[in-house]
Amino acid sequence: MNGYIYPNEANVVWTVMIVIYPYITGLVAGAFIISALYHVFNQKVFKPVSKLALVSALSLLLVAPIPLLLHLSQPLRAFNIMLTPNPSSAMAGFGYIYSFYLMIVLLEIWFIYRKNIVTMAEKSAGLSKIGYGLLSLGAKDLSPGTLAMDNRIINTLAVIGIPAAFGLHGYVGFIFGGIKANPWWSSPLMPVIFIASAVVSGTALLILVYGIGSRLRKREPDHQCMTALNKYLWIFLIVAVSLEALEIVNAGYQAKSYWPAVYGLLTQQIPLSFFGIQLLLGGLVPLILLPAARLKSFAREWQQRLTMIAAGLIVVGVFAMRWNVVIGGQLLSKTGMGYSGYVVPLLGREGLLMAVVVLILPIILFSVLSQIFPPWPKDEAAISEQIEVSKSRPELRSGTVG
Amino acid sequence: MAKMVRRRFFSLGGKLLAGGIVAGTIGKYFPDTVAHAAPTVRTGKTEGKWGFVVDTYKCIGCGRCVKACKAESQVPVDQEVYRTWVERYTVDYDKNVKIESPRGGINGFPEVENRERITKSFFVPKLCNQCENAPCTKVCPVGATYTTPDGVVLVDRERCVGCSYCIQACPYGARFKHPVFKVADKCTWCYHRISKGMTTACVQACPVGARVFGEIGVPDSPVDKILSEERVNILKPEAGTMPLVDYLGLDKVVV
Repeated sequence: MNGYIYPNEANVVWTVMIVIYPYITGLVAGAFIISALYHVFNQKVFKPVSKLALVSALSLLLVAPIPLLLHLSQPLRAFNIMLTPNPSSAMAGFGYIYSFYLMIVLLEIWFIYRKNIVTMAEKSAGLSKIGYGLLSLGAKDLSPGTLAMDNRIINTLAVIGIPAAFGLHGYVGFIFGGIKANPWWSSPLMPVIFIASAVVSGTALLILVYGIGSRLRKREPDHQCMTALNKYLWIFLIVAVSLEALEIVNAGYQAKSYWPAVYGLLTQQIPLSFFGIQLLLGGLVPLILLPAARLKSFAREWQQRLTMIAAGLIVVGVFAMRWNVVIGGQLLSKTGMGYSGYVVPLLGREGLLMAVVVLILPIILFSVLSQIFPPWPKDEAAISEQIEVSKSRPELRSGTVG
Repeated sequence: MAKMVRRRFFSLGGKLLAGGIVAGTIGKYFPDTVAHAAPTVRTGKTEGKWGFVVDTYKCIGCGRCVKACKAESQVPVDQEVYRTWVERYTVDYDKNVKIESPRGGINGFPEVENRERITKSFFVPKLCNQCENAPCTKVCPVGATYTTPDGVVLVDRERCVGCSYCIQACPYGARFKHPVFKVADKCTWCYHRISKGMTTACVQACPVGARVFGEIGVPDSPVDKILSEERVNILKPEAGTMPLVDYLGLDKVVV
């Protein structure tokens, strides 16, 4: 602590868990972008990652409420937020918006995998037959007409997914942007910045999952797909970095009464995580790396490597951005005359260890979910080949889904 | 509190009257409906709103109000959480402003350093402003914090989920997470006392009358007298929160 802070500000109340929550939620956005580009805007180049995006989104989305529950000091009352919501609260919409988002992901996955589920229910035996049978919800009709209908529903869901994603991420930004008591949060740009950084981190994560996943499976990622992801990520990153910079430039130029306090926050309290990680390593460096990775003079392998390095930097940079907003905003005292301090404790519900566990959970979930819903293009091919060998049913091949 | 008394009163009457039992049961779930129908039992209750005036000219920074408050409202003495606290401002020849509130001022303040260089110094007691346009009640996701009809902002400990959003929303740092009850906590202007005709613990403990509590809009009320006759100010007027705590002698350096 330095300067003067109100005595009640000695403890930072929104801890690392509240950093992780918008981070994890933001990473989900990648799925919606790819889903929308593939299904709605017909960018067929994203076919290899279209399923991967959804399965990784589900793994993240299922974990998203956990840091919130760890943070609530009365977690058993968590459902009150949906049972007795206060309509004037920006936070009261969380339960509804999150559930809506989750439903869309679940529905999209179910319709996309319905063909897989039904064929697995027919071909497998024992427990897995029962499991896939239940998952099919009894909808075992795989006639061309039904599959075409599935496809139409998937497209509709992808269309709904776009405003839903903007709603969720914009909403998370508004939780901060709507707080007039905090000059570092209070900004109409905040929801837009959250949307932009969610799209950026989501796309970057997808590149990492696809690149690393392919390598682990000893397969080469589809180069055209990687290049397309690289280009889109670059455009998204330009938007995100510009907005983040604009926010600071505008505040500094207007130099309202709170500016010296915000300036002090950025230059003395969080200079490394703000200028160093968020803007330089997570912003400017990937802004150069991404187009550089598309240079023809690089070998294909190096193009992909550079893209993945840039994506890795972005994923770290967005985490720093969340940290700078959530923790930075609380370091800044409402007195405007001082800063409080925050060190993540090692143990406890909101400790470092728990934070690591929460961040690893989506990876574990992903490996489990990908057993049920094979997200890799090759796996899918392998399965349908098996089926074609075992049962030669023409309608299975005629499906256009996927 | 008064509502509870009324409800109990009504329940009793209802049990005596045929059909009243039903109304009494309804009253349990819809206290407001019944409260309006019930005979008004007001004990020390204002028709309008309560008001609070802090006279910064009088405060001597002894910290008795902080001590009394902690004792009265189950706020752990040894922890950095305060429903009320006192700040000391010292301004020197170079216009440097120093603000301190060691342990909320509960044990008073240490001797001023460089005494000869100080041009002005004063104490500012702080407490919840019971804002008429309260940002804290607005952001509560479950409606656990609310404003009573007489203008006091309270927290329902049975409903609060402990998300801390209200703490973030308060521009005055008046809220904190209660270390024992694990819910949001704040100054209630001793609602349990004022609704029984008593004054707040801090007002009672103040040896110099720097804190004045009473009704607004009632001619003989001490608060109303000050508000009508003196030049008063509020904290952070730019926040648009419309506080019910007014300050006498509020300097521009006060945060």
